[in-house]
Amino acid sequence: MTSNALVYLIALPLFGAAVLMLAGRRADRRGHILATVLSGGSFLLGLYEFSQMLSRSSENRAVTQKLFSWISVGSFKVDAGLMLDQLSISFVLLITGVGTLIHIYSIAYMSHDLDRRRFFAYLNLFVAAMLLLVLGDSYLNLYVGWEGVGLASYLLIGFWNQKPTYATAAKKAFVANRVGDLGLSLAIMVAFATLGTVSFSGVKENAGQASTAALTAIGILLLVAATGKSAQLPLQAWLGDAMAGPTPVSALIHAATMVTAGVYLITRSNFIFDAAPIAQLAVAIIGAITLLFGAIIGAAKDDIKKALAASTTSQIGYMVLGAGLGPAGYAFAIMHLLAHGFFKAGLFLGAGSVMHGMNNEVNMRRYGGLRKFMPITFATFGAGYLSILGVPPFAGFYSKDRIIEAAFNAGGVRGVLLGSAALLGAAITAFYMTRVVVMTFAGKARWEEEVHPHESPALMWLPMVLIAFGSTFSGFLFTRGDALRNWLAPVVEPVAAREQELLSPALVSILALLLVVVGAGLAVMKYLRQDVPVVAPEDVSIFTRVARRDLLQDDFNEAVFMRPGQHLTYALVDIDEVIIDGAVRGVGRMATGSAGALRTTQTGFVRSYAMWILLGAIGLIAAIWMVTL
Amino acid sequence: MNPANYLYVSAMLFTIGAIGVVVRRNAIVVFMCIELMLNAANLAFVTFARINGNLDGQVMAFFTMVVAACEVVVGLAIIVTIYRSRRSASVDDASLLRR
Repeated sequence: MTSNALVYLIALPLFGAAVLMLAGRRADRRGHILATVLSGGSFLLGLYEFSQMLSRSSENRAVTQKLFSWISVGSFKVDAGLMLDQLSISFVLLITGVGTLIHIYSIAYMSHDLDRRRFFAYLNLFVAAMLLLVLGDSYLNLYVGWEGVGLASYLLIGFWNQKPTYATAAKKAFVANRVGDLGLSLAIMVAFATLGTVSFSGVKENAGQASTAALTAIGILLLVAATGKSAQLPLQAWLGDAMAGPTPVSALIHAATMVTAGVYLITRSNFIFDAAPIAQLAVAIIGAITLLFGAIIGAAKDDIKKALAASTTSQIGYMVLGAGLGPAGYAFAIMHLLAHGFFKAGLFLGAGSVMHGMNNEVNMRRYGGLRKFMPITFATFGAGYLSILGVPPFAGFYSKDRIIEAAFNAGGVRGVLLGSAALLGAAITAFYMTRVVVMTFAGKARWEEEVHPHESPALMWLPMVLIAFGSTFSGFLFTRGDALRNWLAPVVEPVAAREQELLSPALVSILALLLVVVGAGLAVMKYLRQDVPVVAPEDVSIFTRVARRDLLQDDFNEAVFMRPGQHLTYALVDIDEVIIDGAVRGVGRMATGSAGALRTTQTGFVRSYAMWILLGAIGLIAAIWMVTL
Repeated sequence: MNPANYLYVSAMLFTIGAIGVVVRRNAIVVFMCIELMLNAANLAFVTFARINGNLDGQVMAFFTMVVAACEVVVGLAIIVTIYRSRRSASVDDASLLRR
């Protein structure tokens, strides 16, 4: 099937970004409305495409559109083409749907910011880049969107770049992403060298003929790319600092765009990972480690946004783990991604709403008892909270438990280890999320005199309410008759159910719920029964201290990459000054030195010149005489 | 008489002239020594012409005399000018080109 409408999905927000950036101050008054309408238009178009897909049989649902012939060199041909299949449309609806709600929210949230127009231009650019990422029909087209997302995130994280620390955070995000991007570009090159094509359909066809070593190399490189965008170990350090951006940006990055790109990439490349078991195992291990890593950091953060950011790292870890489990996990990874898109957007918008009412205070030790002042924020935040915990019937329950179950059933020791990590992660998640909720909405008021908490305007709470509905009901809809799994089946080819299961779904759910209750109970004991000190206590265990320092992720990067890099630079500067400049200066010094020595022979006395001429003549004659003799 | 004796005389005259140029400071004396060297060369030319039995050397001697005359004109003019400006005929005083 071909279609001519796909390009408008991307073109609408891109047009908005262009207009808002080019029109300048003239667009200040109505710019945000244009951006929101265009993003919403893209969502409506996505819904239309979705309804068209539903009316076709499952084999004919994918739609393609060739835009133009992009590269044609010898046997290397790449068309700029778009492809909308069952996987893409899931992302399109999430990106444009949640993205539009965040646009609406931002109208109110950013209403006092002088640069609101620029903010909306970047938001539209972000949405357009992410749509290009998920709609590209080849790795090269995906790469364009991939880089566009990196650029847009840089612009938005550093939106308040008048603060040097915020500008640094944006640079950090950009650099960490560049490392991942290198992995993607290398993967594309290896794919072209071994498979001769970079389009998804071509790579899928040719993957059978390639050697396992080549596929493993591509898989590992794709994983590197995914760790960069999705903030997985070892490139996760940028996500916490990315909280420098305005809160709607955090919601957009964490829920609808950016960090989901890595999961999309791995799921989209399922044909590579399924043929390269080592790379697939690496994906699962990275996911399992990261989900614990992020959860532990989240439990130690007092900054509400940083706690939620660590939570994202952890939740994306679940998705990567799911995607690393192969056909058994792809659908659940995507399901968790969509559910996460709802509940994390709800949590972040809720956090933004709290900050809005608290004079931009982010320290949870300065909150407390906000339930009475912000009932709507509390309710929507609560829906996100129950969803991330995996409490039935909220969305997270369906997706997370399925991933844990799939991990346990991966077989052998591997399954037990991955499954236990995922279960433990669920307990820690319950602990830190309960901590966030209790410290923010329950307990005694700890804010300062001049702060007057109040509920946010309707333009802010309306999107939050809509998203809360998503976090509540989406999981139920996805799993009804295995809807999402069957929907994605043509893309990811699920295997038939395993014959022997280590743990049954019911048992996994009971175990997970038990651990969630334990984790949440611990948090309630510690932060509700006892008073929360306004200043973080210093006399804490070494473990807490390490967790507060983000498990030394920055110290590690600094010690392993930054300092050696700096020393390498210093050494190169020294080499430049001593050897290269030394050689240049040495030539000059040699010339002046020898000239000075020769100058002493120029006495200026005519008689000495005559003497030298005489001696020279005698020498010459003597030489001739000697030769002829 | 053996023509070689003329050559010995020529060599002696040339040596005396050369030593004079190098050793003496007075520009006039140096100049005379140069003339002496030129004449020594002339004597050698004439002697070789005699030995070889052709006129080439004698013709060359005439050329040398013309050149020497011109040189005297120019050289003496320089010496006089230097003397006027510096009140000295010593060649060692005229060492401005050194710097």
